[in-house]
Amino acid sequence: MSNENAVLPLEGELMQGKRGLIMGMANNHSIAWGIARACALQGAELAFAYQGEALEKRVRPLAASLGSDYLIECDVSDDKDIENTFKNIEEKWGKLDFVVHAIGWADKQYLRGRYIDTPREAFLTALDISCFSFTAVAKEASKLMKDGGSLLTLTYLGAERVMPHYNVMGIAKAALESSVQYMAADLGVDNIRVNAISAGPIKTLAASGIGDFRYILKWNQLNSPLQRNVTIDEVGGAGVYFLSDLSRGVTGEIHHVDCGYHMVGMKNPTAPDIALASED
Amino acid sequence: MSDIADKVKKIVVEHLGVEEAKVTPEASFIDDLGADSLDTVELVMAFEEAFSVEIPEDSAEKIATVKDAIDYIEKQKQSA
Repeated sequence: MSNENAVLPLEGELMQGKRGLIMGMANNHSIAWGIARACALQGAELAFAYQGEALEKRVRPLAASLGSDYLIECDVSDDKDIENTFKNIEEKWGKLDFVVHAIGWADKQYLRGRYIDTPREAFLTALDISCFSFTAVAKEASKLMKDGGSLLTLTYLGAERVMPHYNVMGIAKAALESSVQYMAADLGVDNIRVNAISAGPIKTLAASGIGDFRYILKWNQLNSPLQRNVTIDEVGGAGVYFLSDLSRGVTGEIHHVDCGYHMVGMKNPTAPDIALASED
Repeated sequence: MSDIADKVKKIVVEHLGVEEAKVTPEASFIDDLGADSLDTVELVMAFEEAFSVEIPEDSAEKIATVKDAIDYIEKQKQSA
């Protein structure tokens, strides 16, 4: 459709002098990559946290293309790892201006079928990795945000409304969104802002674990007001807003970057029957 | 070799950074070409994009070799 990526990502100086940590980038389809690239083009200096060798080999060249060789291994299910990550940053940078938390996980076995069939262990792991990790990261990161800062996480409409197959991730994202508000209240006194971008569906490595993801993409494309899906560069643009001083007065916000789909109540009357629209 | 086979081979060479000669039809992505589990998902995503086909997960799991990928895409293209 028209205008996609016509101008994004934009070059500028909105984030000159700011240093931030990007967590949860997997490859060049990742939303975290869209945000990282947008920030780098606005002058930000970046560090990247990754988990495991398989991701390191993907993150390293992408980081290098943005002029960064600062990679830190961090398993967010481990408090010690999180502590060490920010110790590392303190030693190297002394302070920190922003964090992007683009991490979520649930056993994909439970990202199909009924939510009610989720067992306790799968529930706890999904909530731990997808929600608590942001709280644990925010606690450590905020200690380094001596001149204020911005913490940003990613969520999805499945937190607010029922989406087929999203299941336990919807519950985890609802908890995450609530934690954004509580942490915004906790950290406001230190001029640290906490926000979330609720992105429309994007075909990423993580999304490949969600059942019938293509159907979700197609549905959004046909029924969102802008009649298309969002790109990672468009999420990156919103990321620059939240992580730069442009949004100085904004905290505790869940901001939808989804071509407007979040406010739609019914199928677009002009959208064809989805079974007939499965081509293309 | 068909156009589809050529294009599949090219995608595999680019994505896995392996020599073209190694990408034989029988080559297994994981055992012969050094792919990890994320590579296999990424390859399927790359095939879907390049050929405008849909490869559902249960089919994707069965694509282990270069030939598997070519056969699947050729079949999809014929039935389309």
